[in-house]
Amino acid sequence: MFIEIKQLTKAYNKYLAVNKIDFQIEKNKTVGLLGPNGCGKTTTIGMILGLVTPSSGEIFLDNKNINSFPRDQILNRFNFASPYVELPKKLTVIQNLEIYGRLYGLNNLNQRINDISSDLDIKNFFYRKTGELSSGQKNRVSLAKSLINQPEILLLDEPTASLDPDIGDFVRSYIQEYKSKNKVTILLASHNMSEVERLCDSVIMMRSGKIIDKGTCKDLIKKHGRNNLEETFLKLVRSKDEF
Amino acid sequence: MNFRKIYALGLRHLYLIMNSFPRVLDLIYWPTVQIFLWGFISKFFTLNSEYYSNTVGVILTAAILYDFLFRASISFNMMFLEEIWSRNFTNLFIAPIRIREIIAALTLTAILRTLIGLVPAVLIAIPLFGVSVLSLGIPLIFLLLALYLFGITLGLLVTSGLLRYGPSFENIAWASLFFLAPLGCIYYPIEILPETLQIIAKGLPLVHIFEEMRSILMNNVVNYANILKSISISGIYFVLGVIVFYISYFGAKKRGTLINMGE
Repeated sequence: MFIEIKQLTKAYNKYLAVNKIDFQIEKNKTVGLLGPNGCGKTTTIGMILGLVTPSSGEIFLDNKNINSFPRDQILNRFNFASPYVELPKKLTVIQNLEIYGRLYGLNNLNQRINDISSDLDIKNFFYRKTGELSSGQKNRVSLAKSLINQPEILLLDEPTASLDPDIGDFVRSYIQEYKSKNKVTILLASHNMSEVERLCDSVIMMRSGKIIDKGTCKDLIKKHGRNNLEETFLKLVRSKDEF
Repeated sequence: MNFRKIYALGLRHLYLIMNSFPRVLDLIYWPTVQIFLWGFISKFFTLNSEYYSNTVGVILTAAILYDFLFRASISFNMMFLEEIWSRNFTNLFIAPIRIREIIAALTLTAILRTLIGLVPAVLIAIPLFGVSVLSLGIPLIFLLLALYLFGITLGLLVTSGLLRYGPSFENIAWASLFFLAPLGCIYYPIEILPETLQIIAKGLPLVHIFEEMRSILMNNVVNYANILKSISISGIYFVLGVIVFYISYFGAKKRGTLINMGE
């Protein structure tokens, strides 16, 4: 298994943000991480990225504990995008991409910036300050930054939140297209169920720090007797059942 | 250490300065105001104080050196705060750059910000007040080194506080140097302080730096042992600052504050 999460737990004093979760992600698959606000999705992503120290449990990458890799070596294989994390606003788009390209140690930096910018259609605002861009433009720049190092593992936290349907669809189509052309494993946290159905090979449902169900979208919909993933999600998160 | 990554992070702050004329103006404005203020005070004391008679520029040189310390520390803090204000913190900490490379990048870039602010002010002081810090001679390099190390240490301690307590610690960043200034004996000899405070003050490099500066300017005597002592004390504080920064970083990871650090 490419990524394996074992009994991962994060406690803040007595509050359990993530409670003994287990899941695996196969190489080059896209897995959706679903759950209501505060269910532990971002904390889980934070632990995988090394931003949050787990209280207990382990994360394995290629059967090796993630802690056994040097910090820079492991982070070279990852990248992350979220509308809640921004790039320096006073720097132009190209300056931001240059800085992150350098931080990721790219040798063919100009070529990479050129390629990714053409794909994401951001060249026409290359020389504008990032803080002056619209949400949709910022989102695409953020996505460009997250793909600059051609990561093996891409973590996306609500990548289309606050985007209009047109731009949202552009981003989803781009992720789909990028995945078809590149070897990348994606963990996608989202509240957009149609997005998850469209992009994910399987989903993990979380509630109150626990995994309450997982499987392919089709299997989960069928298992819970609902018509679509949104209804399944609502049933699971509103259920009083203890999992 | 990967110098390409250190350069990349330095470049991020260089672009920030280059992209904003008001930012450059802000860097130059405050040191210049300081030089004017202390220049006139210095002139007044030179004419009216027995202690400072015939020692034109002692107070102004002290003000310039203190401002160098202040700018070094604030520059380090500001670069860290910029990451928080721009909500770029998470991007920075998930980039494959080691913590020691982040510290090195901020330390090396802080000198640039400091010099942008201070060099014009220092140059203004020469024709306006007839005072040049260069009159300290070769020891100036060592005094600046001791000041810079201590300034960066204060920056490290403040940024450690930012990691530990979040952006609310920002006000401390501005207050940190004013807190130590009375003990630094910048404008007066250590004997002015009560005995208990003298003991504490001697544990800081500032007293040794500014005593040495006065000794050179007023008596033309250079005591390299004293200069070495000030660099050594600064070096010890710097190492402690780095340790505190690492402790705060690991503490922040434990508390999960790195992922939510923002405005």
